[in-house]
Amino acid sequence: MAKLVAGIGSSHVPSIGRAYDQHKQTDPAWQPLFDGYEPVKRWLAEEVKADVVILVYNDHGTEFFLDRYPTFAMGVADSYQVADEGYGRRPLPDFRGNVEFSHHLANQLVADEFDLTLCQEMALDHGFLTAMPLLWNHTEDEWPVQVVPLLVNVIQHPMPTAMRCYKLGQALKRAIESWPDDLRVAIVGTGGLSHQLNGERFGYINEEWDQQWLDKIQSEPLSLANQTHKQVMEAAGAEGGEVIMWLVMRGAMADEVEEKHRFYYAPMTTGIAVLALENKE
Amino acid sequence: MTAPVDNVDKWGIPGTYVFDLQLSRQGYPVNKMCNSLKSQQNRDEYLADEEAYMAKYQLSEEQKQAIRERDWLKLTQLGGNLFFFLKLAATLGYGLYQIGAEMRGESYEEFMATRQVPGAV
Repeated sequence: MAKLVAGIGSSHVPSIGRAYDQHKQTDPAWQPLFDGYEPVKRWLAEEVKADVVILVYNDHGTEFFLDRYPTFAMGVADSYQVADEGYGRRPLPDFRGNVEFSHHLANQLVADEFDLTLCQEMALDHGFLTAMPLLWNHTEDEWPVQVVPLLVNVIQHPMPTAMRCYKLGQALKRAIESWPDDLRVAIVGTGGLSHQLNGERFGYINEEWDQQWLDKIQSEPLSLANQTHKQVMEAAGAEGGEVIMWLVMRGAMADEVEEKHRFYYAPMTTGIAVLALENKE
Repeated sequence: MTAPVDNVDKWGIPGTYVFDLQLSRQGYPVNKMCNSLKSQQNRDEYLADEEAYMAKYQLSEEQKQAIRERDWLKLTQLGGNLFFFLKLAATLGYGLYQIGAEMRGESYEEFMATRQVPGAV
């Protein structure tokens, strides 16, 4: 049966993508960030060896427009394109999907009362793209892992509650465990941590809150899932409200998890974090 | 004319404009126009004639004026969503941190001086 082999939380700040594409890995301002992801990348390549990654993200006005905005949407296709989100397409390869597995997830999740929008086409913007090359090495035209993109509306209120995201993760766990074939599955929850990009409060960061988030997501996720959007946005900034996507990842994991690696860096306007978790056997 | 949203809106978070259905409704033409700028052809068309492009999407006069003045705070108050208008900003050559400085009422240099590692841009 399929097995969840890694849970990762990761920010998806677009400037990271720009730094990656401009080969700033050894630039003094960026090196801490790239070095911080390196142990996670090594762990994923050498020990985890996932076949497929479910990556939870949000679109940023690129592929999904406000004319009909899904609360949750999932890809069920065999490939996904890299989007042009306003400044040209990033030089990254397109992604391979896993049709059979994503169809299984869709069938199970809808039967489990999560009524997702299901997508045969999904161009992916920085919400999806940022973490990928920091976590997996790619060649010019290929990734070593298949993907299932899972979108959450975190840009237009009403957004799903933090608890709803956690419960979606729990439903994903049941769906993954009911897949009969051997398959090594990783899940990545993206976004955050604290940041605010609108209004006079632009640039707000709360490092103390971020560190607490990295602790509590492991030890007491329900206390995070019980927070309101207002509580999260007050403490972590308006756009920091997107951290609820990490709860989808956490809900898909076992009650007890072990921290494999943690990194935090807040150079500019976002508390950037990567957290690698493993289920305790 | 549409009234700007107060800077402490019903969410009660100072200096914050929570993008809810009310702001989304108000900013719909702006965000629809910005969404179209994900193709190079449309970006070129925008740069060739900004007024004609704005007219095509039926922005209010106030929204047009905010864009003419590159007044990102005003545009936010009128329903423009940053994730959408970043495409417009990229087309015009404005970066996120210039936008942020303007929203805070600071110069770019003043804003960058408040950051821990201003080289990470």
